[in-house]
Amino acid sequence: MAVLTQLFTGISFGAVLLLVALGLVLTFGQMNVINMAHGELIMAGAYTVYMLQKVVTSAGASLLVALPVAFVVSGLLGLAMEMLLLRRLYHRPLDTLLVTWGLSLVLQQAARDLFGAPNKQTAAPEWLTGAVEVGALTLPASRLFILAVAVVAVGGLSVALTATSLGRRIRAVVQNRNLAATSGIPTARVDRTTFFIGSGLAGVAGVALTLLGAIGPSMGTSYIVDAFLVVVAGGVGRIQGAVVMAFVIGMLNALLEYQVGASVAKVLVFVAVVLFIQWRPQGLFTLRTRSLA
Amino acid sequence: MTDQTAAGLRIRDLRVVFDGFVAVDGVDLDVPRGDLRFLIGPNGAGKTTIVDAVTGLSKATGSVQFGEQELLGREVHRIARAGIGRTFQTATVFEELTVLQNLDIAAGAGRGFARLLRRRRGVPEAVERVLGTIHLADATDRLAGTLAHGQKQWLEIGMLLVQDARLLLLDEPVAGMSHEERDATGALLQEIADGDRTVVIVEHDMEFLRKFARTVTVLHQGRVLSEGSVAQVQADPKVQEVYLGTAADAAVVAEGVDGVDGAGVDGVKVEG
Amino acid sequence: MSALDRLTRPGPLRAALGFGLGALVLLVVAPATLSQFRLDLLAKYLCFGIVAVGIGLAWGRGGMLTLGQGVYFGIGAYAMAMHLKLAQTPPGELPDFMQLYGEVTELPLWWQPFRQASVAVPATVLLPMLVAFVLGQAVFRRRIKGPYFAILSQALAAAMAILIVGQQGTTGGTNGLTDITSFFGYDLGDPVNRTTVYVVVAVCLLGCLAVARQLMQSRYGELLVAVRDAPERVRFLGYDPANVQTFAYTVAAGMAGLAGAMFVCAVQAINPASIDIVPSIAFVIGVAVGGRATLLGPALGAIGVAWLTTAASEALADRWTYIQGGLFILVVAFLPNGLASLPRVVGDAVRRRPAEVTS
Repeated sequence: MAVLTQLFTGISFGAVLLLVALGLVLTFGQMNVINMAHGELIMAGAYTVYMLQKVVTSAGASLLVALPVAFVVSGLLGLAMEMLLLRRLYHRPLDTLLVTWGLSLVLQQAARDLFGAPNKQTAAPEWLTGAVEVGALTLPASRLFILAVAVVAVGGLSVALTATSLGRRIRAVVQNRNLAATSGIPTARVDRTTFFIGSGLAGVAGVALTLLGAIGPSMGTSYIVDAFLVVVAGGVGRIQGAVVMAFVIGMLNALLEYQVGASVAKVLVFVAVVLFIQWRPQGLFTLRTRSLA
Repeated sequence: MTDQTAAGLRIRDLRVVFDGFVAVDGVDLDVPRGDLRFLIGPNGAGKTTIVDAVTGLSKATGSVQFGEQELLGREVHRIARAGIGRTFQTATVFEELTVLQNLDIAAGAGRGFARLLRRRRGVPEAVERVLGTIHLADATDRLAGTLAHGQKQWLEIGMLLVQDARLLLLDEPVAGMSHEERDATGALLQEIADGDRTVVIVEHDMEFLRKFARTVTVLHQGRVLSEGSVAQVQADPKVQEVYLGTAADAAVVAEGVDGVDGAGVDGVKVEG
Repeated sequence: MSALDRLTRPGPLRAALGFGLGALVLLVVAPATLSQFRLDLLAKYLCFGIVAVGIGLAWGRGGMLTLGQGVYFGIGAYAMAMHLKLAQTPPGELPDFMQLYGEVTELPLWWQPFRQASVAVPATVLLPMLVAFVLGQAVFRRRIKGPYFAILSQALAAAMAILIVGQQGTTGGTNGLTDITSFFGYDLGDPVNRTTVYVVVAVCLLGCLAVARQLMQSRYGELLVAVRDAPERVRFLGYDPANVQTFAYTVAAGMAGLAGAMFVCAVQAINPASIDIVPSIAFVIGVAVGGRATLLGPALGAIGVAWLTTAASEALADRWTYIQGGLFILVVAFLPNGLASLPRVVGDAVRRRPAEVTS
């Protein structure tokens, strides 16, 4: 029974990882931007809930309203980053990492100045404080809600990428930027849109994270490394890879934690990912090409 | 003499498959030592893929031997150390290093670690000799990235020479060169293929081929279509058909109509 | 050629002059003019400079952006700190923090070797090199590079910090190893001994610069640049790029380990916060600001940024973060070769302007 509970903990941790990593699948995977400020976009989403609760007093309503609002807030923040800085760096992926890390420093400090350094608590709606009984298992409602948000986000993104003309354009730019440009696709606009969506997803992740604990200026940093590992191991730019790896890493983490404790579990998961990448350097799902590089 | 032939490039039943697509489909190829062989064929015929397989870049099955050594299954740098050198379709040189540094690196794969950790003093003799051969003696200290297109291609050939490759595989070495540069390159390649070194060239330029090839292998859809001297290959109806669709068209071209050498298609003119 | 020409042209003579000047400033001028407090701080900055020299080699010349140098810095630091801690603990007793947490009753096996100075001191450099060698072979052989390598190295730093925090009973946890009072029998409270530590650190930095210069100017240095720019091409010339990369990465790790060991002597403590992701990236910031591919840029950048951080945070408190972040963003985005390239960039801009008018 304990194992089953642990398994569910793993799944819900996987859902959190997936939500955090999903935006990176777009911005890193598809645009080769290593956005170290992704964690701060998550933070922006979380603070959106905090601010909304000052206006909308019902915790449930504010949470539901926060989902789209945080998407837009973080999306716009990301859009500004893209337009002001990142678009000059598309050919220097390592430099995007350094620049966005500088941005993350600045954004964290801005949060400290705007909201204060101490962590803030947001109210959880009543219908999420309980638990759902499934057989002998007790599943916290908030965790189920996060899982649902993750499922909806993955579904929405997949549909957007495969079924809409915008999605086709995004994929065209990813696969061959030059060809897409000469075919009349406005690549700069597609880049901006992609970055907006990827950043917006970080905002949604931030909303979900408010259900798990207090929010603070450095809340994003604790998730960012794991999220990048998910993207790298899943195969850069592959949504299905991120989905599989997020849940695998989540469950592995939960099961190991049960056996050897949290800190050793974390290290073992890292070792597992490095070994996995030894075995499949391109990640779980790959696009094979004939290029020399 | 037979010994030397045996020690050339010997390919048997070479197959390369990319995700179900058969790029090279059971190729047998013999290039005797000292030959200057041209590989031609339409796009997708498998020319570059054969070079990739020989040099270890693409996974392949079958057998590739050079000088009695089996090359398939070895790592790229081990194949290179066995005396196999190659160039790429787009000249790849180390742009932020000087011409001298490029050549020195190419000459140095056999250097021990202790020698690597010391500075280069002066110009190694092998590099000095090659610098004159590739007409870059005046550009020794220029960054390779600042060289003209043709000069970069020469630098690549020079790198093969100082590398002391016994088998040189060149992928479109004269693409984008002027007439004078082509002739100079052709003469150089003939000089290189002097009995000890074997040269295999993937090329589309038929004028260049006619002038400098000793033997030609025509590939089509991953198989060997025809092989022999330039005249033999040009007279082969199968070759004319592949390149020109029908034998009738081929006859027209064979009489010397220009302009088939079109852009986009592998430009091939066949003359009688 | 006049004597002045010979001294200002690149070459061994100018290098010797530069080293002489550097040694004069670090070893004579600084101790004579700075207060003990500032000199202690400078010793700490010079440690960051040593890490930066290695990063310049691995990243600037080798293209391996290592965001996890904190790991090697940490191994060196903890190896040294464990030794110093054991050396000042009476025989038969456990180090103070182990008694405090009470999780262990006898010294863990993996602490034992560090009792001997003859093991612990070489280990501060060799252990990081060993780890880097194994990891480098594993990673570079599979042709993992660029962003992937950066992310893996960063995860490594995170994992190590988490591990140390989690094993509080034997590592000191978040607090780390503190209250190191003596350095091979010399009292670290004594300013004379602290100045000696400073001098040792400065000599180490000069030594690392000399090693880096030799590597950059050697044939290996040229090969490393070739591997950075076109690894596959190098492979076809008969080299294994993985070995070329692993060597630079291993040397950089050794330097980071040395820096960590020196850091413990200078600061008299080490904790996970000094080796985590944030300090690991901070090392890289200094290198990027100074000029990643140059010899002196990384060290000067790291020392400069560290100094500026202290000076500005004294004056500006948290506002400094905006300036630090902003400076970093501007340099990386608009001056990718760092401040070392500023004279050339400005020169080019000045020269280009008249040319545009005439053409």
